[in-house]
Amino acid sequence: MAGQHEANDPAAASGWLDHPPRMGFLTDTSLCIGCKACEVACKQWNSVPEDGLSMLGSSYDNTGGLGASTWRHVAFIEQTVPAPDPGGGADGLRWLMSSDVCKHCTHAGCLDVCPTGALFRTEFGTVVVQQDICNGCGYCVPACPFGVIDRREEDGRAWKCTLCYDRLQHDQTPACAQVCPTQSIQFGPLDELRERAADRVEELHERGEAGARLYGADPGDGVGGAGAFFLLLDEPEVYGLPPDPVVPTRDVVALWRQTAGAALMFAASAVVAFAGRRR
Amino acid sequence: MANSDCIIIEGSNMAECHPVGFQWVMEAKARGATVIHVDPRFTRTSAMADIHVRLRSGSDIAFLGGLINYVLSNKLEFREYVVAYTNAPTILRADFEDADDLGGLFSGYDAEGRHYDQGSWQYEGVGTSAAAGSRAMSGEKRGRETSAGDTHGGHGATIGEGEIESDPTLEHPRCVFQVLKRHYARYTPEMVERVCGIAPDTFLRVAEEITRNSGRERTTAFAYAVGWTHQTKGVQIIRAASILQLLLGNMGRPGGGIMALRGHASIQGSTDISTLFNTLPGYIPSPEATAHPTLEEFVADNSSATGFWGNMRAYTVSLLKAWWGDAATAENDFCFDYIPKITGDHGNYQSVMDMIDGKVRGYFLWGENPAVGTANGRMQRKGLAALDWLVVRDNVMIDSASFWKDGPEVLEGEWKTEDIGTEVFFMPAATYVEKDGSFTNTQRLVQWHSKAVEPPGDCRSDLHFAYHLGRLLRERLAASTDERDRPLLDLTWDYPTEGPMQEPNAEAVLAEISGYAVGDRRPLGAYTELTDDGATASGCWIYCGAYAEGVNQAARRKPGQEQNAVALEWAWAWPNNRRLLYNRASADPEGRPWSERKKYVWWDAEAGKWTGEDVPDFEGTKRPDYIPPKDARAQDAISGTDPFVMQADGRGWLYAPSGLVDGPLPTHYEPQESPIDNPMYKVQSNPTRELHVRPENPFNPSGSEPGSEVYPFVLTTFRLTEHHTAGGMSRTLPFLSELMPEMFVEVSPQLAEFRRLEHAGWATIVTARSAIEARVLVTPRMAPLTVDGRVVHQIGLPYHWGGNGLVPGDSANDLLHSALDANVHIMETKASTADIIPGRRPRGPALRALVEAYQRRAGITKETGTR
Repeated sequence: MAGQHEANDPAAASGWLDHPPRMGFLTDTSLCIGCKACEVACKQWNSVPEDGLSMLGSSYDNTGGLGASTWRHVAFIEQTVPAPDPGGGADGLRWLMSSDVCKHCTHAGCLDVCPTGALFRTEFGTVVVQQDICNGCGYCVPACPFGVIDRREEDGRAWKCTLCYDRLQHDQTPACAQVCPTQSIQFGPLDELRERAADRVEELHERGEAGARLYGADPGDGVGGAGAFFLLLDEPEVYGLPPDPVVPTRDVVALWRQTAGAALMFAASAVVAFAGRRR
Repeated sequence: MANSDCIIIEGSNMAECHPVGFQWVMEAKARGATVIHVDPRFTRTSAMADIHVRLRSGSDIAFLGGLINYVLSNKLEFREYVVAYTNAPTILRADFEDADDLGGLFSGYDAEGRHYDQGSWQYEGVGTSAAAGSRAMSGEKRGRETSAGDTHGGHGATIGEGEIESDPTLEHPRCVFQVLKRHYARYTPEMVERVCGIAPDTFLRVAEEITRNSGRERTTAFAYAVGWTHQTKGVQIIRAASILQLLLGNMGRPGGGIMALRGHASIQGSTDISTLFNTLPGYIPSPEATAHPTLEEFVADNSSATGFWGNMRAYTVSLLKAWWGDAATAENDFCFDYIPKITGDHGNYQSVMDMIDGKVRGYFLWGENPAVGTANGRMQRKGLAALDWLVVRDNVMIDSASFWKDGPEVLEGEWKTEDIGTEVFFMPAATYVEKDGSFTNTQRLVQWHSKAVEPPGDCRSDLHFAYHLGRLLRERLAASTDERDRPLLDLTWDYPTEGPMQEPNAEAVLAEISGYAVGDRRPLGAYTELTDDGATASGCWIYCGAYAEGVNQAARRKPGQEQNAVALEWAWAWPNNRRLLYNRASADPEGRPWSERKKYVWWDAEAGKWTGEDVPDFEGTKRPDYIPPKDARAQDAISGTDPFVMQADGRGWLYAPSGLVDGPLPTHYEPQESPIDNPMYKVQSNPTRELHVRPENPFNPSGSEPGSEVYPFVLTTFRLTEHHTAGGMSRTLPFLSELMPEMFVEVSPQLAEFRRLEHAGWATIVTARSAIEARVLVTPRMAPLTVDGRVVHQIGLPYHWGGNGLVPGDSANDLLHSALDANVHIMETKASTADIIPGRRPRGPALRALVEAYQRRAGITKETGTR
């Protein structure tokens, strides 16, 4: 959309001329009741297969983390808070729940390294794998600073959240946000979500939730800001999120410049060397 | 609930078990409400609450009684509301003696028969006969063999005839208010701590929150579920909350009330339309074989002279007209004789025992999986195995349909398949997306749903099955001249069918339930139009109007943002589309809102009618100053200031002079199986609880009974969001199974250390009934409590598992007993005792050997647990 700064308009940066506003998720973990409806709705809508039937012993989390066959993952963190409990619970317990998802980064490592063009930037500014193009090379897997994208053992291809691209194209809310009973997962234009999130953090601070903070909302961070960002109640590490994610391709231009420089030097030396021998 | 200033969730894990409804708790919280969760376990509900109060399973009445005492002793009751709208001023008979004076028993107790003669519980000045609903059978027989539920059909019990005496100053020593005060005086914060294990400062914090958030300007709501009902005193726990809410003026007001969270989809509807043996549709009691030979005797015995139940004959005759149409005439008593009559307890547990004893030969299971979903699973399976035939209608092959080949007893080699003679007919059922129909949800909202896809293969809707079974039976009997076939042949069984499968039209059934004028088939608009002369028909009087004007009112879908917050045009609520019952109480006696903030329904003097945001739950033009004439009947006998119009005296009952078999006031009794003796009274457990003393149902010793140390820990069962009840609808689905893939047991770090249980390892849990195994989840969300001076550990078990499906596991219900609340025949799944040891359970004969070794060690006999 005209006027949108490039940092916040990856669709334009990818060549979309006339495109809708950038869409994203705000996952407000202060509202998450850990029902996992997002996990189920995601699998149901996107036909994502079952991903293991064993108990992990990790509180109520038996999914483990995001992967090729888990595109929404609810983390459960049991904390014993030193008394007096700021949350008011008589026994000083806090049980954090948070639904993780692909961040749909402004600077998406997975997309940058994809050699086939299977990963692409949609008109909504989201990042999607085209399964009919993916050749299973797996370059994208280590390129994601969040460990989101992964390959399925069975077919070798890479899979991840599409932010329900098919639903978006029909003006529908993504499945996870649609079913969330407490509006912990909110879907909308990223600009609006960022504004709403900032207000909510302020509100939570006023209520004494000193730990409330945003994660992935800052366009100045190592991925240029996330299209799917979070309101957390504690440090990102507590939720298994990297504290300072950096897209590995961020410095790629500088790296290439240096590499090119070095190559030129080698070439020049070679020329000099050969020239010398001829003489 | 969104309008509440404070919400207490107790006996419910609402966030996990009602996550969709829980959005309104979150909404209230966002608006500034305090949310309190009272529960033995720290659950996903506790995680969202401002305060989590950990209490010992089975001690709810002690806690609620403590709150009642706090309100009364600090004079924090909403005095104006209490005097005008409750029976606080009513004076009781001089011969009534309270549990406070009799060591935990009320006057009238017969130790021999373990029941109460309720005569002395009555109001002063009114009839002294066995006033508890049915006057035909003695209280004894009712209490033992059937239940208060069938006595009263779920409605307010009647009171005798005569002039009620009352003292509006509430000073008379025998007025309800003073009796209440004395009864709860011993429920001090110290006693609450001793019984429940709740620290006094936590208790006081809750008490302050509740009272601070009640009164003219603010309201507090309660929400409960089976954490209360599944106890041997479940009804009395709910009564205790009712007393508290009436004292605080929270009934009939926005953001107040007591939300009964029902167990699953449309279980409210199935109670309304009546799948229970002791009620007919709309909570009309079931007639009894000997006491009610005629309609007249039935109505005389059960209807109430005053209040809306005074119209019971109209409701009953309309029901008979709906069922038997033209065949039902005034001359033949409207075919009253066709209704099957009850002869005693025909509830689930009695039926299962009757199967074992060879008295029940065939059984239908519709959407029920008792082999794993009902207490004492072994006894349930033994019953199923003794049948000649069993019809199972379910979406999937559930454990109850395959117990004969893969039940635990068969797998462990105790029973042989070839010895089980039960012939099982499995009839695959359509799911709710494969049929039209309605859901009645927890708040009485009837919502229509339409078929999205055709059912696959042989799957058929329940309506299809019931209709065509009836059709086939009628065809086979068409030529019969036998009198006993008349009820079936005379039924109005003429629903239109459609499509290649001849699916009956569900809307036609709703139209019949709603009702019509017999003469011109004009749809009825409200139950007040029902008559007792056969001119109207209605299949369930409380649903009358659901098809008003020939329109499916339940299918209305006007978005919330296009109407007020009460949203009267979204679906339809019974009765008469009222969203909040007894809402006359939201206005003061003169009919003015108690406050601007809590304005809801009020008297418009100019227009001469009640108005407001909801449908007023009061006769539309009855003035607030209406005083009934002396001989007034039914609703005419309810004054302009009495909001509880279904009650015979129009008042909220702080004290129940009749209607309950176990006492007029909630009293703390220990569960059937408890680690301690009752610290409050000499009586250990609910004296009228229903005990099934049988070899299949041994009890663990309780309190100081010798051997109770063999089962030293408190056991409670629970549900998870990820699974549905007995698992038929979740253990079979990969997307749900993977989220909670294995049966587990929740224990505290302290108990894990004490019993050497390893996190993520295995444990065996043992009771007198059975032993099961589960993966161990050690969590600080479980914690020991100090109760009566000693440390009490609690064990939590989800009950969703069984042998079938993608993620099999042992069934928690195998551990539980059937000692029941005598009012409603409901078992105690929420508080019993058990032992837990590390490692997997034994296989083969060693399993029963382990259970029996425990029984011997505890010295269990048929006397155990019956004191």
